[in-house]
Amino acid sequence: MKESTGVSIMPTMNDTQTCCGVEPKNVLADYEKPGYTLCSFIENFIPTDIGPIPKIKTKMEKKDIKATILVRTGIGRDNYKIAPGLYGIGSPDKTSEVLVTANFKLTFDHLRRELNNINAWILVLDTRGVNVWCAAGKGTFSTKELVKRIKLSSLEKVVDHKRVILPQLGATGITAREVKKESGFRVVYGPVRAKDIPLFLENNRKADKKMRMVTFDFIERLILTPVELNVVLKPAIITTVILFLLSGFGPDIFSFSNAIQRGVILIPALFVGIFAGAVFTPAMLPYIPFKKFAAKGIISGSAFAILFLLSLSSIPGTAAYISLFLFVMAISSNLSMNFTGATPFTSPSGVEKEMKQFIPVQVISILLSTGLWIYSAF
Amino acid sequence: MENLRYIDDVSTLVLDQDKCIGCGLCTEVCPHNVFELQNGKAEIVDFNACMECGACVNNCPSNALEVSPGVG
Repeated sequence: MKESTGVSIMPTMNDTQTCCGVEPKNVLADYEKPGYTLCSFIENFIPTDIGPIPKIKTKMEKKDIKATILVRTGIGRDNYKIAPGLYGIGSPDKTSEVLVTANFKLTFDHLRRELNNINAWILVLDTRGVNVWCAAGKGTFSTKELVKRIKLSSLEKVVDHKRVILPQLGATGITAREVKKESGFRVVYGPVRAKDIPLFLENNRKADKKMRMVTFDFIERLILTPVELNVVLKPAIITTVILFLLSGFGPDIFSFSNAIQRGVILIPALFVGIFAGAVFTPAMLPYIPFKKFAAKGIISGSAFAILFLLSLSSIPGTAAYISLFLFVMAISSNLSMNFTGATPFTSPSGVEKEMKQFIPVQVISILLSTGLWIYSAF
Repeated sequence: MENLRYIDDVSTLVLDQDKCIGCGLCTEVCPHNVFELQNGKAEIVDFNACMECGACVNNCPSNALEVSPGVG
């Protein structure tokens, strides 16, 4: 390093080794704006008659994958969304199709991944960060929102045709003829799954029977269980506290040593019940007898309750045995019934029917279990 | 999906064939292949697969379909 002469503020400027970092290579892109950061899933911008439209990457980045894993366990799931509006993928022009989707980032990621080598416009509706089917059911993936988004994005100036392709499951919230009447755009229902879109487009926008049917295979069921577990976490902790207190009742009216000693058996029982109802029943759904989920839960709960009781080293007595059995079974039955809300094939009328039938069974089981548990302390 | 069936005889789905104009939109939007087009009219071919999602009802141009699930 040269001696500073006192006037040069950057004495190393002429040196090969620089203390100001390497020569900057990345020139600012002309779309950069003060106060804005480019979303990681945007590659650059496509010039159109209505101005630049963001171009989506089809590749997921590490950051996206990490976030996906978190959201799948229920973390940050309620606020995982992107800005609604018009995007492009590939090199779309005035003849390219317009694919409509929801602004839940998981949905959006799922779609863009499948669109490698496809040139299309992507119209993202504001569904408050909820997936297409649920949003259609809740009324945010709706005729009104679609018409509004078509107008806001000046779609008629971006494409020459008058056609939008919707995911089939959006149909629950959409009335195709009203969209046509209010926006001039005709709704074409695409396949259920994003992975079928390339073939659907190749076949002149025709979906076969398979593309039109929902599936619910082992992986699809299993991937939902972390969220089920996340949802029961809070009630489970509260239940644990109550269980310890209940375990304290006995001949001495209430004793803390009793609470700890007996409560300790109830904690694993609680988790066995949760596992049976929120993991085992969903995963093994088609292989467990009965159609009603609550009944399936009784089967899986009973099986796990027996395994649990056999694994206990000390015998707590008949009343306690029955109490533990009923406890595990009732939790499993209830959580299994809860899973109807996550499946793509249970009807509300059916769920209502089994709730009317099985909630009383579950409540009575829990009350009996509690009574027997307290009784067994004497 | 064939091995996953829910409770039978609970769906509130009703099809009025007299109103049906045979456009086939219900066969397109139904995620469980409940409908088939037969002789220019929609026919319910798998009633118990219906999950009352309402996609067919919303899109039927002649109001030939009805479904009225409770609060469930």
